[in-house]
Amino acid sequence: MRLLKQQIDKKDGSGFAVLLPEEPEDMWHAYNLIQPNDLLRARAMRRITKESESGSVTSVRVPIDLTIMVSSTDFDVGSGQLHVAGKVSAENEHVKLGSFHTLDLELQRKFTLEKAEGWDSVAVEMLKEAVDTSKRAQVYAVVMQEGLANVCLITEHQTILRQKVEVAIPRKRKGGIDGHDKGLDRFFTTLLRTLLNHIDLPSQTPPYTPVLLASPGFLASAFQTYIKTIATATTNKPLLALLPSILIAHSSSGHQHALTEVLSSPAVLAKLADTKYARETALMDKFFELLRKDDGRAWYGPKEVEQAVEKGAVGRGGGVLLISNALFRAQNVAERKRWVSLVDRVRDVEGGEVRVLSSLHESGKRLESLGNVAAILTFPLEDLDEDDEEDGARAEGEMEF
Amino acid sequence: MPPRAGHSRVKALDYDDDDVYSDDDYLDEGDGDGMTDEDKEQLRLGTINVKSALGPSISIPDTEIQEALWHYYFDVAKAASYLKNKLAPKPVAQTKKQKPISRFDLAAASTSGPSPDDIVLNAQAKGTKPKKGTSKHATGDKATNDVTNSVSALSVEEAPRVKSKNLDVLKEFEKSDMKRMANFVVIGHVDHGKSTLMGRLLYDLKVIDQRSVDKLRKEAETIGKSSFALAWVMDQTSEERSRGVTVDIATNYFETEKTKFTILDAPGHRDFIPNMIAGASQADFAVLVIDAGINSFESGLKGQTKEHAMLVRSMGVQRLVVAVNKMDTVQWSKERFDEISQQMTAFLVSASFAAKNLTFIPCAGLTGDNIIRPPPANTFPDDWYTGPTLIEALDASEPAKRALTLPLRLTVSDVFRGGIMHPLSISGRLDAGSLQVGDTVLAMPAGEPATIKGIESESESVDWAVAGQIVTLHLADIDPVHLRLGDIICTPANPIQNIKRFTAKILAFEDVFPMSIDVFRGRMNAPAKVVRLLSTLNKASGAVEKKKPRIVAPGALAKVVVELEREMPLEVGTRVVLRAGGDTVAAGLLESVE
Repeated sequence: MRLLKQQIDKKDGSGFAVLLPEEPEDMWHAYNLIQPNDLLRARAMRRITKESESGSVTSVRVPIDLTIMVSSTDFDVGSGQLHVAGKVSAENEHVKLGSFHTLDLELQRKFTLEKAEGWDSVAVEMLKEAVDTSKRAQVYAVVMQEGLANVCLITEHQTILRQKVEVAIPRKRKGGIDGHDKGLDRFFTTLLRTLLNHIDLPSQTPPYTPVLLASPGFLASAFQTYIKTIATATTNKPLLALLPSILIAHSSSGHQHALTEVLSSPAVLAKLADTKYARETALMDKFFELLRKDDGRAWYGPKEVEQAVEKGAVGRGGGVLLISNALFRAQNVAERKRWVSLVDRVRDVEGGEVRVLSSLHESGKRLESLGNVAAILTFPLEDLDEDDEEDGARAEGEMEF
Repeated sequence: MPPRAGHSRVKALDYDDDDVYSDDDYLDEGDGDGMTDEDKEQLRLGTINVKSALGPSISIPDTEIQEALWHYYFDVAKAASYLKNKLAPKPVAQTKKQKPISRFDLAAASTSGPSPDDIVLNAQAKGTKPKKGTSKHATGDKATNDVTNSVSALSVEEAPRVKSKNLDVLKEFEKSDMKRMANFVVIGHVDHGKSTLMGRLLYDLKVIDQRSVDKLRKEAETIGKSSFALAWVMDQTSEERSRGVTVDIATNYFETEKTKFTILDAPGHRDFIPNMIAGASQADFAVLVIDAGINSFESGLKGQTKEHAMLVRSMGVQRLVVAVNKMDTVQWSKERFDEISQQMTAFLVSASFAAKNLTFIPCAGLTGDNIIRPPPANTFPDDWYTGPTLIEALDASEPAKRALTLPLRLTVSDVFRGGIMHPLSISGRLDAGSLQVGDTVLAMPAGEPATIKGIESESESVDWAVAGQIVTLHLADIDPVHLRLGDIICTPANPIQNIKRFTAKILAFEDVFPMSIDVFRGRMNAPAKVVRLLSTLNKASGAVEKKKPRIVAPGALAKVVVELEREMPLEVGTRVVLRAGGDTVAAGLLESVE
């Protein structure tokens, strides 16, 4: 994303930014930046009906710049499209004030964003991240098991499930070995075709985006051998050129959440180190390791983490706050404020580290099941869940009797 | 000349009689304009052949035959058919009609017994053979009548495609006085010799003949893995053989005097535990194979020996036969056997197996000692072991209880093409209930009905099957896309529900906290999440110890809420296994649907 203009007051955060999205990933940033009640100005097509004096009605499609007060956003991960709905809030020669419009943000089309509550620290941080133009790593990952494969594209900020491939493979049976081999062959053929569809080799130039194949057992390497055979047999030059960028890893299943294991395996980390998702994965692994030790230094859940921060345990010397960016997309302003102030407190007052995880990465999804927020403490705290338990007991007691 | 299509059709009919004379022999030679001596000799032989081909009843001048032969380059078949055509144009029309009929006929014969019409048709099909060229004239009209008759008869038969015999399966089952049946799963750490042990068992019981084993030995030797020969009885795919590792469950059958057994040979490698779970879910009891070798036992104990044992226990298996394998490598030492027995008993009892349900058998799969026959005298130093052989121990197993009267439940463990007659077949264990040919069943989660066309049990066709059996069903009236591994086949009268969220009582093997997991039930393998930890329970009393725990420690009992990514057919009382990152995290019992 390119930052065309920025006028943000450092003191109260008021002001606006003009942004130009350049690649699909930028839509994701825009989705995270745009909140309900913000003012968004962008080019839109709107059909205008005019009634002439004689009473005939003509309608024309006019491109106009509309400013809307955002009421909701809708992001489609697969296609990277962002639709922002809201009420028109600035006067316009064609559109009445207060009428509804849904802006479809498009690539290479600038938009202006003004924050209703001002640009808070998290928003500014997000903006910085969004306009960072340094080369971003991408990798295609195929997690597979016999008969099932998930083709994913992992970018700096998102893991996008491109396609799921399911082919029924007959199991090995007495006297029915053929069926299994044939089924496997059909599975590989389908998968390779799907994969190539998504990579779109002819349109790319080497060095290619790495392709990561992961499976339990030997399936991934069997698939690699299959690609080699096909590439050699058909003397498909782009495919032959792709071969060196195929990596093999181990995963325990072909489901998408098995990506976590793949990304934390040493072989893959060596190749992909220093990317955001690799760091996030490592961080989550560290958190889970501490949680397993159960020594009171790892806590998860909104209430528990807030209490820990309150007690000053997420501070200088190893305190880490892990928070999913899903929390900052909260529709409720108060809810967002709650998390922004928590982040501000940890970073500015306590001196701890804050990591905002992308809810679209596997690590973010692991965090999501923990309530979207977790913390590694500098000193052990016990019984943070004590009050909570009483609440729970009461609630369940009511249910039972 | 008659139209080509016409006589080539007749030629097809003639083929049986004339194919002794290969066409090629004649084609090459008759290319000269003038007649050589060779040609004349051929012409003479050809004339005789054509005459015999046409049969005695047709009289044609020799010259005409010779002309035809010359025309067809001495091709007896073509010449004969040309002449026949010329003389008898009618049969051509008749055969035209007959062709589709005979196919119907086959289909009819396959679904029902031969009807009177079929018999006529069959006889007639024989009659159309060209030797009796003229007989076609005679039967022509009658045949056409029969043809129309049988077509109308067939169209009536088509309607109920599969006839149900409306058996009272439970009564049939009682009447049949079926031999005791038992399915057992063979488990243990990788390379502890599960497949070899089972290969040996089948070989010694003469289920596998000497020739096949010799063949396997030879193949194994050529790739330098002679010790794998017996394992290859079970490991049949090329990948399993080249890597020397079992990947998927292998099913095989054998019989003793008392019992019919089904072997489910499970893979030991940790990557293939999903397949092992699929096998164990079909088993009545388990055989745990342990390598007695120095260090092997110990490394197995850290590896899959433990995990497998706990898994089968949590899937409801109560009885365990522990085969202490490779005893020959430790000179059949009593000390080693006792050491292993003691350690394993301690562990298994802690995994809530009852000590009386454990049997330890020393044996050697590669040599075959103490499997179906006791080893030669003095193999055991001082003959310290006098207990049963492996097969005796298997035979001593109590028959499993059958859930005969419950509604039908069958877990699909394979979907395949059972051959031309059966384009869609499934196999799996009948967990509950019974079924018979002609039944309509429901495949879940798709919710699609299907008709049972045929049932096979142990590779033999049967009319019905009851709970506990592992059967193959040939299905009709359903598209294969609706069937997946792990689906449940149930009765439309009492179908299983697809659910998304459930509460389970689990025994944690590893730390459990809210996380992504895979839920296993038989072949079913579905992505899911532990969304809430409700409480930890006291192991002895089952009372709540702590509500809303932050983490469930290994070995603890807990109640958790699990949410599946997609709706799956599960019901209260189902045993499930939860796995994450290649480890079994917990095993549990589905308590309630949310």
